[in-house]
Amino acid sequence: MEMARTMTETKVAGTAPTEAIKFKIKMSGRGVNVHYGAKHALKTVDIDIRENQVTAFIGPSGCGKSTFLRCLNRMNDTIDACKVSGDLKLDKQDIYDKSIDVVQLRARVGMVFQKANPFPKSIYENIVYGPKIHGLATTKQELDEIVEKSLRGAGLWNEVKDRLLDSGTGLSGGQQQRLCIARAIAVSPEVILMDEPCSALDPIATAHVEELIDELKSKYTIVIVTHNMQQAARVSQRTAFFHLGVLVEEDDTANIFTNPRDERTQGYITGRYG
Amino acid sequence: MTDATADTPPAGPLNSSDYAQRLKKRHDAEWRFRAYGLGAIFIGLAFLVTLLYTIVSEGAPAFLQSEIRLEVTFDKAEIDPSGSGNIDDIMKADYAAMVRRALRDQLGNVGNDRAARAAAHRLLSSGADLQAREIVLKDRTAIGQKRDIWLIADGDVDSFLKGSISRDTPEDRRRISNQQIAWIEKLQADGRLKARFNTTIFTRGASANPEMAGVGVAALGSFMMLVITVLLALPIGVAAAIYLEEFAPKNRFTDLIEVNINNLAAVPSIVFGILGLAVFINFFGLPRSAPIVGGLVLTLMSLPTIIIATRAALKAVPPSIRDAALGLGASKMQAIFHHVLPLAMPGILTGTILALAHALGETAPLLMIGMVAFVVDYPGGPLDPATALPVQIYMWSNLPERGFIARTSAAIMILLGFLLVMNALAIWLRTKFERRW
Repeated sequence: MEMARTMTETKVAGTAPTEAIKFKIKMSGRGVNVHYGAKHALKTVDIDIRENQVTAFIGPSGCGKSTFLRCLNRMNDTIDACKVSGDLKLDKQDIYDKSIDVVQLRARVGMVFQKANPFPKSIYENIVYGPKIHGLATTKQELDEIVEKSLRGAGLWNEVKDRLLDSGTGLSGGQQQRLCIARAIAVSPEVILMDEPCSALDPIATAHVEELIDELKSKYTIVIVTHNMQQAARVSQRTAFFHLGVLVEEDDTANIFTNPRDERTQGYITGRYG
Repeated sequence: MTDATADTPPAGPLNSSDYAQRLKKRHDAEWRFRAYGLGAIFIGLAFLVTLLYTIVSEGAPAFLQSEIRLEVTFDKAEIDPSGSGNIDDIMKADYAAMVRRALRDQLGNVGNDRAARAAAHRLLSSGADLQAREIVLKDRTAIGQKRDIWLIADGDVDSFLKGSISRDTPEDRRRISNQQIAWIEKLQADGRLKARFNTTIFTRGASANPEMAGVGVAALGSFMMLVITVLLALPIGVAAAIYLEEFAPKNRFTDLIEVNINNLAAVPSIVFGILGLAVFINFFGLPRSAPIVGGLVLTLMSLPTIIIATRAALKAVPPSIRDAALGLGASKMQAIFHHVLPLAMPGILTGTILALAHALGETAPLLMIGMVAFVVDYPGGPLDPATALPVQIYMWSNLPERGFIARTSAAIMILLGFLLVMNALAIWLRTKFERRW
C-alpha cells in the first residue's frame, strides 16, 4: 500500500479515458482529522497531491480547506488549540513525525498567504531573508543571483529591478503578492501552498498571478485554496471540494466542473449554495 | 438626507417630521459632547497654566543669586607656610579670615566693634570660605596673590535684594539691619554686589544655608538610580514579556502570572519601598540611602509597567508578519527577533521611557529606604549615600527660609525639565523606529 501510493503510476482519469496521465504523488494525507478545541474542523480526509501539478481546494467558507492547507506545512502548530491527527506524508516521510524539524519542513513546503505580507523592509531583504536563515547563500554575489532569479520567477524583475532597495510595502497589492511568491521560491521549496492568493487583488493583478502559477508548476508542486471557481478551473489540474470539514470529492478539474459525482459538488459549482 | 433637493420628497420613515426631530436630537447630543470635551480641555489647561505660573514665578528668582566681588589676598604664610604645597595645610587654612578681611577692606569703615564686624561678616555666605578654598585647590598659583573673585552673598542679603525682606519692616523685626542695608547699598554703588546666574543650585549638595544648597547630588543620585533601573528593568521586562506573549503555554498558571503582573502595576509605590527596606536593606544588608537600593526598588516598580507595555506592543504587530517569517522556515525565535521585536520596538521604548519618567518622579518608596538624607558630597558610586530630585524637593519644601521656598520651585522646574526631555526622547524614538507594514 505504501509503495502503491508513492510509486510512479499510470492512471486513467475519470471521463477522459483516452488520456493517460503520468504523475507522481508528492504529498498525501490519510485519515487526517483536525480539531480546534471542541470543534471538529476536518473529518478523515484522504487525498493525494500530485507532483508538478496545481491542486485547487474549493468549498464554502469554513469548510476546512485552509485548515487542511495549513496542515501541509504545519502552520497549524502556531495555534494552541489546534490538534492534528492522521497520516500526512511528504515524499514518504511523515511530516508530523517527531524526527521532522518543522523549520526544514517549511523550507521545503513554502507558503503564500491570503493577504500579501511582505516584511516592512526592502524588496531585496524580503527575498534574501529565507536563503539567509537557511544558509543557502552566503556571498553577496550568490544572494544577488537568488534575488534576480526569484524575482524573474515571480515575473516581478522588470518592474522592480531599479528599486530593489525600496520598501516592499511600497509596492501595489498585486506586486506585493508576487513579491511574496518570489520570497517563497527564493528558498527553492518543493511545494508551494497558496491560501487564496488573489482574494485581495484586482482582475489584472489576479491574471498576472494566475499566469505565474501556471509557469511555476513545471518546477514546483502547487496547492491553491480559492473561493473563485473560475480561478480553480483556469489554473488547476486537480480540484478537491471540501464541505463542512469533509473532503467530498477530488478529481481532475475538468471532471469536477463538468461532471461532478456528488450532488453537493454539483450544488456548489452551480452556485446553489456556498 | 437633510440636504435632499426634491421639492416633494417621497413619504417614508426617513422623511417624517418625527425622524427630523430625532435627527436634530442626535446632532444636539453630538454638539453637547464636543462642548463638554472642549470644556474639559480648557479646565485642564487652566490648571496647568496656574501650576506652571506658580512654580515659575516662585522658582525663577532662585536661578539668580546675589554675589559680592572681593579682592581676596591668598596669604602664603597662612595657606602654605612650608612652601611645599602640602594638601593638609591648604585644606586647613583659615579662608574665612581672608574673605572677611577682604570684605572689611572693601566696606572701609567697619570699625573694631565685634558686633559691627560680625554684622559685616554676615553679608557673606558661610560658604564663601569654601569658594575661596576651591579656587586655591583648582589653581595653586593663586597662593600669595591677590585675586578679584565673586563670592556668594548671604541668603538674607539675597532675599533683601529680591524684595522678600522689606525695608519698611521695623529694624528689630527684620533679618537685616539698617547698617547692613547701608553696606549693601555701598557695595551696589561700587558695582561689587550683583545678581548673577546661579550655578550653585545645579552643582552643590545639601546645605543648611539656602544660598549654598543645590540639587547636584540629588540629580546625580536620580541619574544613577535611573541607569540601574534601565539596565535591570528593560532586559528583564522585555524578556519576561516576550516569553509570556510568545512562548508560554496558555494555561491556568500563566493566567495567574498575568493577573499578578497587572495587579503589581497598581500596587502603591510606598509598598515597594517597604519591600526594598525589608529585602534589600534588612535581608541583603545593602546600605541605606544608596542609589543601588533606590534603583532596585524603582526596577521592581517599573517592571510591571514595562512588561504590560511590551506585551501590548508585541500583540499590536500584525500576525501576518509572524506567519510570513514562520512560513519561510524561520524558527520561532528568529521570527520574533528578526521581525516582531523590531516592529514592536517603538511601543516598547515609549512604554519604557514613560515608566522611567514615572520612576524619576517617585518619592514615597525612596523615603522608606532612607534616601531622605542630608547629603553634602557627591556619591562616588551607587553604594554611597545620595538623595533623589523629588526627595530633595520634598526636603526643601519643609524648610522655612525664603531662599528654600524659591529653591523648592526651582528644583521642581529642573525635575520637570528632565521629564520633558525624557518624554521628548520617547516621541523621537517612536517616530524614528516607526515603520509601515
